[in-house]
Amino acid sequence: MSDPVRAEIEKVARLSYGRLVASLAARTGGVSAAADVLSDALVKALELWPARGVPDRPEAWLMATARNRIADLGRHSRVVAAAEAHLALLEDERMDAGERAGPDRILSLMFVCAHPAIDASMRTPLMLQLVLGLDARRMAGAFLVPPGTLGQRLTRARAKIETARIGFSLPQPEELPARLNHVLDAIYAAYTVGADGHAAGDAKSSMLAQESLWLASVVASQMPRDSEAQALFALLLYCEARRPARRDAGGGFVPLADQDPALWDRSMMHDADCAMRLASANATLGRFQLEAAVQAAHAVRRTGRSTDWTAIAELYGGLVALYPTTGAITALAAAVGEAQSPEAAISILETADREKRANYQPWWAVRAHMLRQLGDAVGSAHAYERAIALTADPAVREFLVNRKLNLA
Amino acid sequence: MHYMILNYTPPSDYADVDAVKAAAEGELWGAYTRALLDAGVFVSGNALHPSHTATTLRVRGDARDIHDGPYAASKEHLGGYYIIDAPDLDAALAWAARNPAASTGAVEVRPVVMRDGA
Repeated sequence: MSDPVRAEIEKVARLSYGRLVASLAARTGGVSAAADVLSDALVKALELWPARGVPDRPEAWLMATARNRIADLGRHSRVVAAAEAHLALLEDERMDAGERAGPDRILSLMFVCAHPAIDASMRTPLMLQLVLGLDARRMAGAFLVPPGTLGQRLTRARAKIETARIGFSLPQPEELPARLNHVLDAIYAAYTVGADGHAAGDAKSSMLAQESLWLASVVASQMPRDSEAQALFALLLYCEARRPARRDAGGGFVPLADQDPALWDRSMMHDADCAMRLASANATLGRFQLEAAVQAAHAVRRTGRSTDWTAIAELYGGLVALYPTTGAITALAAAVGEAQSPEAAISILETADREKRANYQPWWAVRAHMLRQLGDAVGSAHAYERAIALTADPAVREFLVNRKLNLA
Repeated sequence: MHYMILNYTPPSDYADVDAVKAAAEGELWGAYTRALLDAGVFVSGNALHPSHTATTLRVRGDARDIHDGPYAASKEHLGGYYIIDAPDLDAALAWAARNPAASTGAVEVRPVVMRDGA
């Protein structure tokens, strides 16, 4: 089959998958069945498009084919509420008119994936599979699970959505903050999976990062008054805007402190600032607001100002007070190392749980950096070794190896 | 769609339970059942006699293995169950949250296989 046709099919599949599943699920009464008929439609596309050419509106073609498949299989949802059926009809009209399926449908699907009844470790993979159409086998590595195992667990999770009938309506107001938290956590996890993947060089993980950003934008657009939703969007924008600066010409790793702000994406940073303003509209405090504020503080370098490490240390202090995770403690230590002293940083690192920090790469990298500044070459070398052993990204590994060699 | 709600309550020493406490508990369960009935979601339900009255049976080949006590050895006791009619899991969970056992013990919510194959 010709590469352009296959590429077109993959592109449509990736961009439209979530919308199509969400629309179809209202008709099939379940996401598993929706994913199945969409799969069948994609197979048909693979059969027919090479000869006939890619249709003018590929998404609409897939939708129509999938609907025909539903009729063929007799998979009609028996208990579709009147409102759901009505929405489905509206959806079909919009589809036929060439418009995209509503972002509200995508948001509903995200709430389903992040439902508390779904095992916490499955929410992110489920979201990636159902909303972004990612293949279980391909994402398994990111979750450190064998592909077959992830596939099985996802099938079970999808079956649970159907048998327990996890509904598509948005949560009640009193449940919304907690439920939204799960959605935001899952999106953030998806982004870090994409970003931690061999960053700039790997097209697949870079696409994943961008798609996570798209998910965050959908939530932000649907919940303009929710501070945490706006803050997550801002956070991802700030991080993604820096991507061009993360690698030098030779593909080497460039740490944040050494990045050239001129390489940062200006329009993304601007969008991030806008989202931050929306996030600050309420007098609330939340995890993503704090994280985004830190990234905003780093972003001021593009105006020529230097980094306010004291402010960043305070923000991370707040984050540690809310969520004393190993990550937050490590980040606080790094900031305190810049704002106060390496000794103070080491003290903070020591407060992290021994077991959890043992295999946490950043803890060792920060420790190595601080011990270096304190003149403890032996301790620093040991910490660099641990960090190197825990680093998956070859470019970062090389960077750390060089730092260790420069100790001598 | 039907869901079974299983009420797991912390064990109480029946010898110690005084009449006032028992009456108060009875009120709670009565109120809950009435709420389910009034909302039209009640399908069926029963209280069960305490766990120690249970008998567990296994048949393996020709051997019949009979044990005194419940199947699951948990701290909480299965005190009773309801079957309710709810449109989706969130609606069922909302009812389960009001179940008196939810705040003292635990409540399991399980979808029932429906006869029309749903």
